[in-house]
Amino acid sequence: MEAHSSEVFVIGLTVFFLACIIGYYVVWSVTPALHSPLMGVTNAISSVIIVGAILAAGPQGFDTSKIFGLIGVVLASINIFGGFLVTYRMLSMFKKKTKRTKEKE
Amino acid sequence: MVAILYLISALLFIFALRGLSHPESSRMGNIFGVVGMIIAVFTTLMFKSVLSYYEIGAAILIGGAIGSFIALRIEMTALPQLVAAFHSLVGLAAVFVAAAAFYDPVAFSIGKVGSIKTASLVEMSIGTFIGAITFSGSVLAFGKLQGTISGKPIVFKFQHIINALIFFLIVFLIVLFVINQSPTIFWTIVIVSILLGFLVVIPIGGADMPVVVSMLNSYSGWAACGIGFTLSNNLLIITGALVGASGAILSYIMSKGMNRSIINVVLGGFGGEQDTSASKDNSDKIVKQGNAEDAAYIMKNADSVIIVPGYGMAVAQAQHALREMGDILKKEGIDVRYAIHPVAGRMPGHMNVLLAEANVPYEEVLELDEINHDFPMTEVSFVIGANDVTNPAAKTDESSPIFGMPILDVEKSQSVLFVKRSMATGYSGVDNELFYRDNTTMLFGDAKKMCEDIVKSLSA
Repeated sequence: MEAHSSEVFVIGLTVFFLACIIGYYVVWSVTPALHSPLMGVTNAISSVIIVGAILAAGPQGFDTSKIFGLIGVVLASINIFGGFLVTYRMLSMFKKKTKRTKEKE
Repeated sequence: MVAILYLISALLFIFALRGLSHPESSRMGNIFGVVGMIIAVFTTLMFKSVLSYYEIGAAILIGGAIGSFIALRIEMTALPQLVAAFHSLVGLAAVFVAAAAFYDPVAFSIGKVGSIKTASLVEMSIGTFIGAITFSGSVLAFGKLQGTISGKPIVFKFQHIINALIFFLIVFLIVLFVINQSPTIFWTIVIVSILLGFLVVIPIGGADMPVVVSMLNSYSGWAACGIGFTLSNNLLIITGALVGASGAILSYIMSKGMNRSIINVVLGGFGGEQDTSASKDNSDKIVKQGNAEDAAYIMKNADSVIIVPGYGMAVAQAQHALREMGDILKKEGIDVRYAIHPVAGRMPGHMNVLLAEANVPYEEVLELDEINHDFPMTEVSFVIGANDVTNPAAKTDESSPIFGMPILDVEKSQSVLFVKRSMATGYSGVDNELFYRDNTTMLFGDAKKMCEDIVKSLSA
């Protein structure tokens, strides 16, 4: 695979702009009440950067690059688990309150 | 095959955001996001070059345990700090991934050490630059939100010129890096970018934190994009763009909520005590003071009440007591609703989460645009822990620093109850003339205690 011929870059750029446009419309459709969960989710999915970290950590042996990769995996994992879980917690509060559950405090 | 799986993952991420258009579909959206992430991770693990499963597994477990622990323990009031902290990690991860790509370009098929392709070098350094800024900016924002660092804006001479110079220095370093591919220059870019991140957030005051948090959200997305270009990975590019767009839109909404341009926020300096223009002497004006019984009496005899909560309510942890008060009023047949200003709380949507946590049904919680025209038909506005967002000076006093900010028109309701700890000004440092009006009753005290007392009086 000849990565980074100018063609690859243009394809990347095309994807980038189309994704920006999708992002623009999708985010405007998010209800303001859920802007905090939106930040939680975007935070979690931006950690998809873990893909790059895994590639770096992939090879056997131990060199600088692998250590960086592993650190990247740890950092991204904190975010992925943390981001999705905190979003889950927030969203479960937005359930329809038909019968009021007795909450602590 | 890999490309298809990554595409599915990217689509699931889009659905995850799409789900947030309504509370009922949002939980499914979150699950889409989780599934998308699982697909992305496992697809990458299937790469031929990826062999060290144990190390990677261990790293995921360590990170996952830390992340889960924090996410499950965090108080909802501390949400903004948490999000800022998470952003800093994304930024840092981006820097590490870029560094890894630089030290082992073969693993990413972008060339060999010492002869990495020019385009990759450019993309790599841009990813590093944005990642490092996101990291240090978020750390500082975290400190300001947490209170470890003063929330006051720190402004000094030639600040913007210095920032601009540093920016050009980074551009110069990137050019140099592309030419000679030296590790020293790579790390210099990292360090200088970290410095710039600090300098960019340092002049921004506490009142502008919602904008900053959203902005950093956006940066973390662009950082992921930069890495995506380096690795020619469409999944990273798409996700990064989604996050970047999301953060940018939230910053826009937040700055509009304060009637300030994003540029103006970024240049900073707002929220200090330098506002001499608006500090008219109000010491001789009379303030009508009341207590919990008065408030209970007033609200009991009303038929509509709009509650306007602000961040002060959250600080006092008054949301549960407040909801209890609302419940009793509702049982009396009074129409109770909540009005949320776009910048209530310290991050977008923060107040909605806090109220939801206290079991306030989301149907009763309305946004500024939805409820503002109802104030003239409302008997009582109950303002608790909010100040600037109700200040009529925003509409009338052109010299006021908050002039032009959209406000909740509580002054149009028949009477206003203000729960406040003291006569102190809000974040903007501006006095609120509403305090001195005839139909305003000030209820001085801790927000939580006040709500509890009102509940007692109501049930008595």
